[in-house]
Amino acid sequence: MSKIIFIILLSIGILFNLFGCIGLLRLPDVYNRLQSATKCVTLGCCSILLSLIVYYGFNEIGVKALIAIPLLFFTSTVAAHALIRGSYFFGIKLGDKSVKDDYKEVAEAAKNKDSKK
Amino acid sequence: MNQLLYFFLYAQIALCFFCLYRIIRGPTIADRMVGIDIFGILVVGICAIISVITNRTFILDIGIAWIILSFIGTLTLAKYLGGKKLNE
Repeated sequence: MSKIIFIILLSIGILFNLFGCIGLLRLPDVYNRLQSATKCVTLGCCSILLSLIVYYGFNEIGVKALIAIPLLFFTSTVAAHALIRGSYFFGIKLGDKSVKDDYKEVAEAAKNKDSKK
Repeated sequence: MNQLLYFFLYAQIALCFFCLYRIIRGPTIADRMVGIDIFGILVVGICAIISVITNRTFILDIGIAWIILSFIGTLTLAKYLGGKKLNE
């Protein structure tokens, strides 16, 4: 029984990784690529690690996978946020089809604050 | 069972080549860094599948270390993109 759940969770993880990487290839600009890829790939790799816990129980491998899951969740989301904020301040434009830019006022206020110092 | 695991391993390695395409062909510098970030997460999945195939535990340690290193690297490069010095 645990073998079947192991295979199902593993294939769900690989499928999520596939969708994230297709988004990384096909979407038009940096912001769309990052928001597609980082969410799907993080969830996919956490699903792969969860399948190890199901298959091995509280073994050495299972406990290590249990440690790795929250680490992966927190670090990858924080890194993606910092990366996209930095690339906005670097001055990379949005794609041609995007219609609205809500972050513009906040970014200009932050820039003025920095220049006053 | 074992053949299925090898199939998953090769599928995961093939996904890494998608990221390599984005690193090589990315129009801006931020695209390349997104590729590196996603590559670092995919390697953890590869380490997990290899540790099931070979039944050894130390390969997951490599995955955990890789998570932390890619986190620090991405934060450093993001600070460089934002135009700040590293000690700010």
